[in-house]
Amino acid sequence: MYKIISKRELNPTVTMMDIEAPLVAKKAQPGQFIILRVDENGERIPLTVAGCDSEKGTVKIIFQIVGASTELLNHKNEGDYIQDFVGPLGRATHTDGLKKVAIVGGGVGCAIALPVAQKLHELGCEVHSIIGFRSKDLLILEDEFKAASDKLVIMTDDGSYGEKGVVTEPLKRLIESGEQYDEVIAIGPLIMMKFVTLTTKPYNIKTIVSMNPIMIDGTGMCGGCRLTVGGKTKFACVDGPEFDGFEVDFDEAMSRGAMYRPFEQEQREHVCNLFKKEVK
Amino acid sequence: MPNMSLKKNPMPVQDPVERGRNFNEVALGYDEATALDEAARCLNCKNMPCVSGCPVNVYIPEFIAKVRELDFEGAYQVINKSSSLPAVCGRVCPQETQCESKCVRGIKGEAVGIGRLERFVADWHNEHSTKAPEIPQANGHRVAIVGSGPSGLTCAGDLAKLGYKVTVYEALHLAGGVLVYGIPEFRLPKSIVQKEVDTLKALGVDVETNVVIGKTLTVDELFEMGYEAVFIGSGAGLPRFMGIPGESLKGVYSANEFLTRSNLMKAYRDDSSTPIMHAKRVAVVGGGNVAMDAARTALRMGAEKVYIVYRRSLEELPARKEEVEHAMEEGIEFRLLNNPKRILGFENPDDRRDPRNGFVTGMECVKMELGEPDASGRRSPVEVPDSEFVLDVDCVIIAIGTSPNPLIKSTTDGLEVNRKGGIVVEEATGLTSREGVYAGGDAVTGAATVILAMGAGKTAAKAIDEYLSGKQ
Ligand SMILES: Cc1cc2nc3c(=O)[nH]c(=O)nc-3n(C[C@H](O)[C@H](O)[C@H](O)COP(=O)(O)OP(=O)(O)OC[C@H]3O[C@@H](n4cnc5c(N)ncnc54)[C@H](O)[C@@H]3O)c2cc1C
Ligand SMILES: Cc1cc2nc3c(=O)[nH]c(=O)nc-3n(C[C@H](O)[C@H](O)[C@H](O)COP(=O)(O)OP(=O)(O)OC[C@H]3O[C@@H](n4cnc5c(N)ncnc54)[C@H](O)[C@@H]3O)c2cc1C
Ligand code: SF4
Ligand code: SF4
Ligand code: FES
Repeated sequence: MYKIISKRELNPTVTMMDIEAPLVAKKAQPGQFIILRVDENGERIPLTVAGCDSEKGTVKIIFQIVGASTELLNHKNEGDYIQDFVGPLGRATHTDGLKKVAIVGGGVGCAIALPVAQKLHELGCEVHSIIGFRSKDLLILEDEFKAASDKLVIMTDDGSYGEKGVVTEPLKRLIESGEQYDEVIAIGPLIMMKFVTLTTKPYNIKTIVSMNPIMIDGTGMCGGCRLTVGGKTKFACVDGPEFDGFEVDFDEAMSRGAMYRPFEQEQREHVCNLFKKEVK
Repeated sequence: MPNMSLKKNPMPVQDPVERGRNFNEVALGYDEATALDEAARCLNCKNMPCVSGCPVNVYIPEFIAKVRELDFEGAYQVINKSSSLPAVCGRVCPQETQCESKCVRGIKGEAVGIGRLERFVADWHNEHSTKAPEIPQANGHRVAIVGSGPSGLTCAGDLAKLGYKVTVYEALHLAGGVLVYGIPEFRLPKSIVQKEVDTLKALGVDVETNVVIGKTLTVDELFEMGYEAVFIGSGAGLPRFMGIPGESLKGVYSANEFLTRSNLMKAYRDDSSTPIMHAKRVAVVGGGNVAMDAARTALRMGAEKVYIVYRRSLEELPARKEEVEHAMEEGIEFRLLNNPKRILGFENPDDRRDPRNGFVTGMECVKMELGEPDASGRRSPVEVPDSEFVLDVDCVIIAIGTSPNPLIKSTTDGLEVNRKGGIVVEEATGLTSREGVYAGGDAVTGAATVILAMGAGKTAAKAIDEYLSGKQ
């Protein structure tokens, strides 16, 4: 059992928690993830390590409430325990030798992008961050990004904060204005990452994307997380989750991600109903 | 007076139609009278041919003699000298190619039901024995075990009994390896595996789940933490795919994924939050135990039609005979000498958002015939020209084999592996190319059997004991 040391709501659908898991806290690097189960009958769900404190032995996770398992997790409070927590899994972000990088985050993907930005910033790399949200009330981690970036552009779909529009617009603008990036790192919804790669491709700027297929074990045992990258089958949990964006078959990944949609909706309703009953 | 019946006592089983809809154990086990009747078929041969057929040399005539004397606990103790998982091996060993293949009664008639008797004895023990295990005198040495499959559990148990302080590290949230994530409940009830794990814990073994060696901790760190020897029993969990078009469609699973979802994550139960596809028409590719388990699981999950698609003939089918028979009785259709060419998916050209897009609609196969025997003596299948046809299915499960996971190798300096990814060991001891690091089971051999994995765990435990007692 793993104790929830602190919990904070970042916005109505995104929550941050620090979980006591000393072995993971000692090892985790930006770009890696953990897999947790909320309770005895829980599903194994992957979440990125959003930071850790090796002295306190805690690991930070930031998750969006999208379905049954994240809903259940969000009902846990400080001092409660979760059943299982394993990691760090996957490969760490490659940061060596980078001098100037654009980080593009979308929605809760910003939580995954932040530790990467922080690490690069620490290493003395020039970091330009472009983070996008649907609207102002969904904005998260603004201060943290400000502190870790040499340049920060905030986008909202509806223009309620920052600039109105999608993240690829300022990215293109920056590139055209002559910014020479060693790499663009894009983390967010698949469709956003796909369009980022379409934006950077004409300039041939190496573009790294963080893939999030459906996983179970996270150790390379089930093959459920497989993706086609450069025409080859790769397992995101051990070969990734980061890949060269120009090589990834996004359409296939989007299709596979939707495999269990009806089941997921049903489960979510079930969990929501349970909690409604409790409140009554 | 021995029982000279040519046939072994049949195993009582659940009705085939009934069991196709539940996950309860299929084979029900002998009762006492049947066990005695079967034990009476053993001739207590002086030269004991059967013993040489068992990879761990269980003293077969000796334990069967105890059964005849109604000393079931005594029989258990005899088996236990060679095998630490008799309740498991009695159920899942491929007896027809091992112990029973050598039994003299098999020359004219059927072999003695050695596996069935072994299971009877082990179940009797589990039900009746109340003796708490003796806690051995601690010898002060610490050993770490990687993986909690049959090899790891056996190695841990043997070392604990010798007084070692043992910790088992398991990547998943539950201990048992393939016994819990692969082999289904209807063939090996999980309570039996749990009991083995509980016995180990009672012996003082620590079982640490949720630790991936190579990620959470490395082998080198285990030594830094004070472990003096490490046994790697990490199995062969990496699934192979066929490399044919359509393998990424929705509804295509590796057997590992399908079985993990249903066994480990209990997706067949309503209270599980892990999804699984309840397919109507399923093709399972492969002919081993894994393929049989996947096919029979799909059936129990509500499939109306399940095919086994195998490119060789019935004779070459590597699965246990009993499982093949059970699968056939349950109505699984064997498409032998058939080979998949590609998997077909739904595509609505007018509506890219059609929710059916990308789901499996069929599998194109080609007929095969057996050619000349190859170097290994096996006749290899060759395609029959222009014999392609489409099998109408909505789910494809690929069960064509697994190989050792490269995770530990890639994080442990100086650990030698062979071409197929198996860890290289000295056969008599299980010692790897690294001092103090031993390995065994599927991690060494590639996908094999429970009894071989268990035997390797025993061998390594003995060698580790010699190594560490020599060190003092
Ligand atoms: C490597 C990796 C890192 C991730 N990091 C984060 C993170 O830091 N923060 C965050 O909010 N989300 C992250 N995700 C996504 C997160 O795992 C899913 O949101 C979560 O599993 C949804 O579970 P649910 O039961 O609440 O929703 P469900 O209703 O079950 O599913 C909603 C959607 O989540 C995805 N999903 C469902 N089950 C899984 C699963 N077992 N594995 C992966 N995706 C699944 C599917 O696309 C699905 O359509 C990450 C995913 C991966 C693979
Ligand atoms: C579906 C199926 C049916 C089978 N049926 C039969 C049968 O009927 N009869 C038979 O004799 N054999 C059968 N087998 C084969 C048999 O189960 C295996 O040969 C046996 O389990 C191998 O044991 P093992 O201890 O080597 O490894 P495993 O049982 O594979 O256990 C390895 C364990 O190590 C863990 N692990 C892996 N990597 C790490 C790591 N880095 N850190 C920590 N832990 C790790 C894994 O999670 C796993 O729990 C079957 C196999 C399958 C998949
Ligand atoms: S362990 Fe397996 S092979 Fe050996 S006697 Fe028992 S059933 Fe036969
Ligand atoms: S060979 Fe058969 S009959 Fe002879 S001792 Fe072994 S089991 Fe008994
Ligand atoms: S999650 Fe199972 S192989 Fe990646």
